[in-house]
This record gives sequence, C-alpha cells and structure tokens, in this order.
Amino acid sequence: MAGEKNVGLVLLDFWVSPFGQRCRIALAEKGLPYEYVEENIMAVKSDRLLRSNPVYKHIPVLLHDGRTITESLIILQHLDQVFPDTRPLLPADPYERAHARFWADYVDKKVYGSGSKMYTEPQMQTNIEMVDILKTLERELGEKEFFGGEHGFGFVDVALIPFTAWFESFDRYSFKKKSFDRYWGVKVAEVAPKLVSWAARCQERESVSNSLYSPEKVYDFAGMMRKDFGIE
Amino acid sequence: MDHQQEKVQLFGMWASPYVYKVKWALSIKGVEYEYVEEDLWNKSRQLLKHNPVHKKVPVLVYNGKPVAESDVIVQFIDDVWKGHGGRILPEEPHERAMARFWARFVPDKLSPPIWKWFTTAGGEEQDAAHDAAMEQLRVLEEELAHGGNEFFAGDSVGLVDLSLGALAYVIPMYEEIIGERLVIEERFPSLYAWMGRFLAAPPVKDHLPPMEELKLRFRAIREYFVKNA
Repeated sequence: MAGEKNVGLVLLDFWVSPFGQRCRIALAEKGLPYEYVEENIMAVKSDRLLRSNPVYKHIPVLLHDGRTITESLIILQHLDQVFPDTRPLLPADPYERAHARFWADYVDKKVYGSGSKMYTEPQMQTNIEMVDILKTLERELGEKEFFGGEHGFGFVDVALIPFTAWFESFDRYSFKKKSFDRYWGVKVAEVAPKLVSWAARCQERESVSNSLYSPEKVYDFAGMMRKDFGIE
Repeated sequence: MDHQQEKVQLFGMWASPYVYKVKWALSIKGVEYEYVEEDLWNKSRQLLKHNPVHKKVPVLVYNGKPVAESDVIVQFIDDVWKGHGGRILPEEPHERAMARFWARFVPDKLSPPIWKWFTTAGGEEQDAAHDAAMEQLRVLEEELAHGGNEFFAGDSVGLVDLSLGALAYVIPMYEEIIGERLVIEERFPSLYAWMGRFLAAPPVKDHLPPMEELKLRFRAIREYFVKNA
C-alpha cells in the first residue's frame, strides 16, 4: 500500500484458515497496512512461526513491532486497543461488549467445534447439532443487518463470516441416507435463510471478499484433508 | 458509572470452578451481589431464561441483564467496575493480549490432560495423561518463573491467576485421591509457591468451596469413570 504509514504489522497466516481470515478482514476494515506471510503449515513449519508461537505452533500470528500476539479473537481485540482511531470492532458499552464476546466464543466453541469434524469424521453425523447451531445463530441475528446491530459490521460478524465458506461443505459432506436426504443433509438456506442473506451482505464488503476463498475451494481443501486423514 | 442503584446476581453451583472464578473476580472489585444456588439436575426457570443458549452456570445478572461464560463475565466485571478494587486485566496492550492468551491456555491445553489423568484407571493410558499434564505444567512454570512476579501478571490476582485458580485446590485433591503427585515442589517451584499464595490471597481465601464435600464428590466421579472404562 504505497504512501501508507508503516505501522509495523506482519501477519503469519495460511490461506484457508478461517482464523487467519478474521485477522485479514479486521486489518482491512481498519485500513491498516501489513505484510502478509503465507506459512505452509501443511509442510514444515518455519522457524519464525515456531519462535513466535512456541506454545501452539499455529497461525494466525500477528507481529507488531517485533512482539507477537496469537489467537484470532485476541488479535482482533488487540487491534481495537492499539489503533483506537480506526473503525472499532467491539462496542464501547461493557454489556454490549460482553454480548459480542459471548457470541464470538459461541462461534469458536460451536461452529468451529462441530464444523471441524468434517475434516475428521467419515460421515458428518446427523448434524442435528449443526442445524441447532445454525438456528441459534439465525435467532440471534434476527432482523439485524449485521450481528453488530446498531454498530454495524463488527466483532461477531468478523468472527463468523469465514466459516460461511464451510456451509457448502456441510451440505455436501452431510450424511445422506437415500430416503431421508432432505432431513439428513444440512441445507443451510432452508435452516437459516437470514444467515444466508447476512453472509451475502458481508461478501459485499471489500474487506470480506478480498479475504475469503470460494466455497468450492474450501470444499476441495476439505476433501484433501479427509484423504490425508484416510477417510476417503 | 453509577454503582448506587445497581443489582447484581450470580447464578452458580457450589462445586463449579467457573463459578468460583466469577466469585473471585467480584471479590477483587468489592462488589456486593446476591448468590443463587442452582440444582443442575433441576434448573430454575430463571437460569434457563438468563442463559437459553448454554443453560449453564455461572450467569451474572447485572441490573436484569444476563452475562454468561465465565471468561466473558470476568472481563465484563473488569469493564463495569473499572477503577474499583484491583485490576483484573493489565492496562498495557501487549500484556493484556498475553494475559488473554495464558488465560485460554488453562482450559485449552492444561485442564484436558489433568482431567484425563484423574478419570482414567491406573495403567499406561493414565501414565500418558500424567506425562502430558506435566508437559503443560512445565510450560506454565516457565512462564511464571520468567515473569518473576508473585502472580502471573504482577503483585495481585489477575486474569491468568483466576483462570488457573481452581487447580490450586483441585490438583492436591486429585493427588490425594489417586495417590500420585503431579505438582511436585522440586519440579515446579514457582507453581507450587503460587498455589499457596493464591489460596491465601484476599479475594480468594474466604471464597473457597467446602473442601470435604468436594473431595467426596471427586472420589465418586473417579470411581464412576474407572468403573465405566
């Protein structure tokens, strides 16, 4: 980004990681320039990654003037604090902040928790669990344009949007029993139509469209991972 | 913030470490609150109304508005009662980020092998869990020793201490029940000292669960798991 003040940010990331994508979206929303470093975590991890995140050895890692911050939601909150003149992701009111943190935690625990099973389970089980999760998110979104409500696109939106690329995979990897096809497959558009519209609205933001990959690419990646795990 | 007319309620359960985490946070801030004990086999309508998503304790209700998830609650307490009592999260941004990181380390990396060790019958599997727990304790020991403070981020109980907190009384209980040591003073001098310091700290010492009852409960839990292995 020519002419931008160098604020000394480096992001160690991996293209398809939803956690890395959260950081990319946040940095773009805040108009913060940074150096993007692709870490091929499927192969040998770089020395820099291992040094900067010795505990978990995973991405994303944000390097800011040589100091490291890890865990995507921690990185997001850090950016809010260190660059207060940029678009905030979290609201200022304590209760609203708690509300946003609660739902971001829900995404981590439930959406990631259940969704990541598509990499490791031979058949995504009934996915009544995932249907329940989607319905819960649908209810929380309600009639709001974004999860951030009157504050617009915010913390929870950033936390959740990268996982929408997994929706396609939920659908196609769901357990499909011949006679119960409609029930067992997780047709997200039927279960959570408001969420689908929300995802489309998010995609209209440059920060999002520049950071996410097509559902097809994610589906292909999931297929590759499943082969690696010896599932197909 | 006007703290005159506020009403604070905490929905909890006597054995839950997450509930104690919140109690200690409220204690750090000197907040007065009403405590409501829940029977988790027969959850109250109020609890289900306040936490419809997870239906769990702890839930803090502040002027009628519920906050759930202990980590979220603790940060909420730090925000609302800013300037009162002790500071729970550090001020400096990088230190704050590190506190949040280490607070997550406990449930994500440390607690699982400790729980596995406690709920597995003696043998290879249990030994492996014990070793895994020791490995994570080593990481924490290094972090604590490196800081050189009384508590993780300074001289008073903060976010990381609260996150690790319950293990200060749970680990010795597990050690007694299983008959095997985990946090040996010679191996983990900083952690061992921290445990004693934490249990004696002002916000903690008068807010601990009934130990004998808890021990009985844990014994029953271990028996259950070992039997149903």
